[in-house]
Amino acid sequence: MSQAETEFAAPAGQGSGLAALLRKPWLFWATLFLSTALISHYAFDLYKALDARWIIRFPSAWQPDFEGRISAFMTWLLEDARILGLQFREITRGLAAMIEAPYDLVLDLFVRGLVFGQGQQAVQILPPLSWVAVVYAVVALGHYTKSWALAALMGGCFGYLAVFGQWESAMVTLSSVLIAVPLAAGGGLLLGILAYRLRWVDLMLRPVLDLMQTVPVFAYLVPILFMFGFGPVSALVATIIYATPPMIRVTIVALRGVPEELAELGRMVGCTPRQQMWKVMVPSAKPTIMVGVNQVIMLTLNMVIIASMIGAGGLGYDVLTALRRLDIGGGIEAGIAIVVLAIALDRLSQEYATRTVEQTARQAQGGWLRRHRWALSAAAVALATFLAGMVLPWIQNYPAAAEISTGAFWTRAMEYINVTYFDTLDAIKTVILQWFMLPVRAFFTGIPWVWGLFAATLIGLRAGGWRLAALVFCLVGLIVLAGLWTPAMMTVYLCGVSVVIASVIGIPLGIWAAGSAGSNRVIGAFVDTLQTLPSFVYLIPVVMLFRVGDFSAMIAIVAYALAPAVRYAAHGIRSIDPQVIEAGIVSGCTPAQLMRRIKLPMIVPELLLGLNQTIMLALSMLVITALVGTRDLGQDVYIALTKADTGQGIVVGLAVAFIAITADRILAASARQMRRKLGIEQ
Amino acid sequence: MNIIGAIGAGALALTTAGAAFAEVESTDPIRLTLHDWSGQLLTTTIMGKVLEEAGYNVEYVQADYIAQFAGLKTGDLHVAMEIWETTGREAMDEAFATGNVVSFGPTGMDAIEEWWFPAYMKEICPGLPDWQALNDCAQEFATAETAPFGRYLGGPVTWGGFDEERIESLGMDFEVVHAGTDAALFAELESAYQRQAPIVLWLYSPHWAPAKYEGEFVDFPDFEPACYEDPSWGINPDMAYDCGKPTGNIWKVGWSGVAEKWPGAAAAIEAFTLDNAAMGDMVGKVDLDGQEVDAVAQEWLDAHKDVWSAWIAD
Repeated sequence: MSQAETEFAAPAGQGSGLAALLRKPWLFWATLFLSTALISHYAFDLYKALDARWIIRFPSAWQPDFEGRISAFMTWLLEDARILGLQFREITRGLAAMIEAPYDLVLDLFVRGLVFGQGQQAVQILPPLSWVAVVYAVVALGHYTKSWALAALMGGCFGYLAVFGQWESAMVTLSSVLIAVPLAAGGGLLLGILAYRLRWVDLMLRPVLDLMQTVPVFAYLVPILFMFGFGPVSALVATIIYATPPMIRVTIVALRGVPEELAELGRMVGCTPRQQMWKVMVPSAKPTIMVGVNQVIMLTLNMVIIASMIGAGGLGYDVLTALRRLDIGGGIEAGIAIVVLAIALDRLSQEYATRTVEQTARQAQGGWLRRHRWALSAAAVALATFLAGMVLPWIQNYPAAAEISTGAFWTRAMEYINVTYFDTLDAIKTVILQWFMLPVRAFFTGIPWVWGLFAATLIGLRAGGWRLAALVFCLVGLIVLAGLWTPAMMTVYLCGVSVVIASVIGIPLGIWAAGSAGSNRVIGAFVDTLQTLPSFVYLIPVVMLFRVGDFSAMIAIVAYALAPAVRYAAHGIRSIDPQVIEAGIVSGCTPAQLMRRIKLPMIVPELLLGLNQTIMLALSMLVITALVGTRDLGQDVYIALTKADTGQGIVVGLAVAFIAITADRILAASARQMRRKLGIEQ
Repeated sequence: MNIIGAIGAGALALTTAGAAFAEVESTDPIRLTLHDWSGQLLTTTIMGKVLEEAGYNVEYVQADYIAQFAGLKTGDLHVAMEIWETTGREAMDEAFATGNVVSFGPTGMDAIEEWWFPAYMKEICPGLPDWQALNDCAQEFATAETAPFGRYLGGPVTWGGFDEERIESLGMDFEVVHAGTDAALFAELESAYQRQAPIVLWLYSPHWAPAKYEGEFVDFPDFEPACYEDPSWGINPDMAYDCGKPTGNIWKVGWSGVAEKWPGAAAAIEAFTLDNAAMGDMVGKVDLDGQEVDAVAQEWLDAHKDVWSAWIAD
């Protein structure tokens, strides 16, 4: 232990020398990198020479049995725990029933129709809403919300679902969105208000939110299944847990952003606290709050694939089964249908957020009939198509004969690419693997845990002082204690490599997008599609071209995590003070100099935030890439899920969250430091 | 959104009414789980249709293969028609131990799992399917990551299978690369097959892949329990696993309450059997000819009325 002790003692003992080292960035990073590389390279020899296996492997005798205790706790919670005389499981089952009732209703409306009786002997009394009625209703909603243009977009998107044969599955998915979004958005709003009003709630919520956003969903699926039963309700609960945190955060930010004058006005006219909140604060914060709702919708659609693994049907299930059959075309079609649904809901919620007072006032004019013309006409169309549908079946259900399928096209295209370009792609892959990925892997996986813990703490110290260093030490220390150091380093390697590549591709794209409105639109649509298209859709084609392994996983992660790198770079360039650029031009900078000397240094803090988001997305993607076959924490979480091992799932999930939180805190602190240096922020 | 409210209110009034089917013990729906491979969908659909013929209510629930045990233990789910000895043994044993899950006996189908190669590899490696011939041309299967060893694509780590041990004890020049899911497994096979490129990987049967792609299972020394337990058995006197993989039953399992609540249904489920040939034929119809699962199941039902009516004859 002597080596470890001196290392731990170092930050405390050599205060002055260390402080000097910490101040010079290049010296600090170069020293740290070189020493880590050396130690990483010789760790194995050191272990052999000293016969000290604890150097590379944390001794299992020192590991507390986190997994077993959590599993035991869950068993106790589910089988013995009682609250007010009620069994815990009865309470969760009651909650499940409360969610299930409205869900069944929506499902009846869109998919099943009004059914009498149970199971297969059920008799349909009323059919579900006809496709014509639903398309009309969304068109009317689009027109009501904004304009004919939005109406046309809505009609186009939903029409697409019908024409391409995705109608029924899309309606199942839409039903779950219609239940999950109000619950997540409403719950998020209430918790956000509570956190805004009570400081202790805010302080308590913060770490919980961090965990909710960083623990992979797979980790808590098993306990949810136990608590809420098998089927769509568990999927809805998982979706709600996943989609609520941004809503809470946005609500808090939105309420804090309400101008003090407005709040003052409310108090002066004598509002009660309740009136103050609901009549003054929430309405004035509404535009920002709606951004949160938009986030909730997007995250809900992100979850459809995972939700379908535990009993939610719909488009996610179609993607999953199509790809299990290697029906790549079918998978892509269902995947695109998810994107189309996302586009429609995204635009609608965004436009709704920016509705103007004049528009609302204009629509409130006229008689009752005129004011309610959208809802009334939609009801009329629903009734008319129901009656007509009894005679003309194509009005009720879109005729299968008129459906278009592009499935065969995609499958053929994939085969062509595979047969023609495999060798080229394989050569590229080999070069990147040999010269970049494998060396990085050797570097990270070689780091002994003692040194890793020390180095991470040191980085925390440099970026954010003693408090951050203590936090990093605890988080990384817990990962070591849980015996997860090696898979954690695999995670850091895969995630790190992917983030570097995503940045190399994404930052130039972002700078380019900031250049003109045209390029912005094209690149924006490209990254949006990459992000909403379920990753499983491109995972399988990627495996066909690049085989099972880290490289395929890396490509999938890059595709998903590219978006923030692009967006933050573009945002950074756009938000540079024009006067600074003006000054550069006046002093005779060429465009290249302008970019290198002025723009790039100015956007570094923004890039760091983008990097932070990229890392978060990359980590959340790791669990999905486990489906391809990786050997990191993501794989451990996935194995825990397939074995229904609650303890293992939660422990490994928390380890992923700890890595995410460590990276987040260090980068946020560095960005703050840098902004201060650049004089953007005090 | 007024319309939603109006129709929704109507729907709420009608949640608990049940149709009258007198002869069965309970008209509550029996929940059968559906997974994501066609063979299982077929088995389950056939069982469901037979139970309906007997007058029971049946509901199908999509569920993950292993995660479903959580639902079977609590009685949220009732019957799982295909749990493979080869991949589900651990989960089954754990579930049986709780007393809430019971076995409904074998389905009559045999699970085969083994190393498999496409037929065109026989030209490159004469002597296949013998495992020694495979080993002699291991370099043909090598890739940048595994060279100088051949690359064997194994199943997900959770499937087990002792392939690393098998390679070690038979002294084979191969390295195992684990796919994360069987979707990834078959994606690689499809890719290699399109290019007629060398590949050897874990396949199983009954499945559509051995029907769609022309090829054979590798011929290892036959499995015996002694081979896994006794190192002295077989070619390598010092190590176990010097043989092929065991074949095993595919089991029907379910919630222990099924037999009390629907005794007739439980008897029918226990009586259910199919064989590999019939199943392979039906899987082919679904996955290769693109027919609907429901239609194929109905076709089997129509053709084998005598078989399944015996299951529900009491």
